[in-house]
Amino acid sequence: MSDIPSDIPIVEIQNVNHSFGSGRLRKQILFNINATIKPGEVLIMTGPSGSGKTTLLTLIGALRATQEGSLKVLAQELRDAPESKLVELRRNIGYIFQAHNLLNSLKAWQNVQMSVELHPEVSKQDSRAMAEEMLAAVGLREWVNYYPSELSGGQKQRVAIARALVSKPKLVLADEPTAALDKKSGRDVVEIMQRLAKQQGSAIILVTHDNRILDIADRTLHMEDGYLTSLDAAPL
Amino acid sequence: MFAIPLAWLQLKREKIRLLVALAGIGFAVILMFLQLGFQDALFDSAITFHRNIEGDIFLVSPQSTSLISMKSFPERRLYQSLGFSGVKSISPIYIGFGIWKNPFWEGPPTSQTRSILVIGTVPGDDILSLPGIHERQAQLRLSDVVLFDSASRAEFGPIPAKFEALQPGDPPIRTEVESRRIEVGGIFTMGASFGADGNLITSDLNFRRIFASRQKDLIDIGVIRLEPGADLLTTLERFKQNLPGELRIDPKKTPEQAKEDFVVGDVRVLSKAAFVAVEQNYWKESTAIGFIFTLGAAIGFVVGTVIVYQILYTDVADHLAEYATLKAMGYRNRYLLSVVFQEAIILSIMGFIPGYILCIGLYTLTRNATALPIAMTLARSITVLCLTVLMCSISGAIAVRKVQQADPADIF
Repeated sequence: MSDIPSDIPIVEIQNVNHSFGSGRLRKQILFNINATIKPGEVLIMTGPSGSGKTTLLTLIGALRATQEGSLKVLAQELRDAPESKLVELRRNIGYIFQAHNLLNSLKAWQNVQMSVELHPEVSKQDSRAMAEEMLAAVGLREWVNYYPSELSGGQKQRVAIARALVSKPKLVLADEPTAALDKKSGRDVVEIMQRLAKQQGSAIILVTHDNRILDIADRTLHMEDGYLTSLDAAPL
Repeated sequence: MFAIPLAWLQLKREKIRLLVALAGIGFAVILMFLQLGFQDALFDSAITFHRNIEGDIFLVSPQSTSLISMKSFPERRLYQSLGFSGVKSISPIYIGFGIWKNPFWEGPPTSQTRSILVIGTVPGDDILSLPGIHERQAQLRLSDVVLFDSASRAEFGPIPAKFEALQPGDPPIRTEVESRRIEVGGIFTMGASFGADGNLITSDLNFRRIFASRQKDLIDIGVIRLEPGADLLTTLERFKQNLPGELRIDPKKTPEQAKEDFVVGDVRVLSKAAFVAVEQNYWKESTAIGFIFTLGAAIGFVVGTVIVYQILYTDVADHLAEYATLKAMGYRNRYLLSVVFQEAIILSIMGFIPGYILCIGLYTLTRNATALPIAMTLARSITVLCLTVLMCSISGAIAVRKVQQADPADIF
């Protein structure tokens, strides 16, 4: 978990373009993206489906190679970075997916511990304690020994949040975390996520269609047809 | 570093799949154990007799290929060798297959007959170190008396049980071999082989009475014992120099082998090691048996590989999204590969254990049913365990290619 001075942006995107396919089938998805995200900032990205939100998110998350422009995450330039650097970087980012993507063979605390184990400086005893503490923080103290199949949708997503946040990452990426949830549990999940991220000083980039949760953002970005069209201060 | 045994937890989670995998691997283990066990049993049974003859040098006819097809040679050659320095004593052995009549047959009125291996030795020479023979040298001197192999197949009749049950004063067990009336004077233990279902031992005189048509001065095996301290190779060299006739050496033999296995005139001279090796090589190389059993074991190996591959592939496919998530979290490909290989190794060990235990039972069953010397050996257990681990590793190596497809960018 690298310590980055608070004045350096967590994410710095300059002139990023991205295309899929090649030759005649080549289709450009992202056009000249520029953005900066400060430490601890909660940012919501909205836009119709197919506008390129998820592609941008996977680029920031070091899950795809950057093709053009400059993309710096946690002060690491991602363009032309070797795979090993990308893997290293991913360990310092928390991911929350639309589907919870928990490991079904593992109990709740083991799922969370899988994330802690990527940081070898934490001892085994500590890592289990950290996992259980984090589950308590998301309100699942009684559920640490349950398998994902025994939990409700909202509970699973809360385990996923615990997994993403347990290592206190400087950046959390969330892709439609409330899409599969009803109104009440969706609201709970984002609030827990926002509260914990604020406590830990993590920045959040949240992609969503869900208008009900826009109020938690410090800032909202709108994306349309591959262009970032607004960089307003938070509405509402 | 990794406190969570993911491989084991994933296997354990799918209990039915785990059981199917273990059954499949256990089946492959049993198949390999049985095939290799039968093969070893065949080779062992074929040389039980040879190993238990107490001799240092053996003379046979150059035309003899194995115990079941012995040609005779002049006994004069054996007596000639008595004159070579270093030779302490000599003893002839007669080998023949005779028709044995089951004396306790209670089926249809036709008598039940079966071919049995008859071994003729000179009483008092005591050249066979098989259990039960040393004590019964005196019985061998009686005319028309034979010793019966208690480990012969059951079709010859319940001779050992009836013999043990005889009370003093009871009439002895009488039957016919080659239509000559004989009497069972005792029991010894040698064991059936693939070539001979049962064995009899008798004196040289009785042997000639049973096989009356055989020429008198021909024998099948000449056993030579050396003086204590006499050098085997030096003595063999004397045989080479002094026996009459032309020296012929099989060109396929290495010079080392040719020192212990050569033909002079009308006899083939062999050291004990070469004598055993010739018999074993006959079964290994001149019959289809070795090939058949090796092929059987190989099929077990292939079947096991396919089963383990299927299980691992399904397992990886089911967990592909989870693996992609792990990659997104920052786990390296190497970690995921190691999970698949750990699953392979866990499966191989867990499948081996029930296969091993079942096989001990199957060996006992086979031993009782066939009178073949088949048993679990440490060497074979290690061989099969290594084959099982190899089998699962090959499957793992094919299945991990699927893991590479787990793309973390796809799960968003």
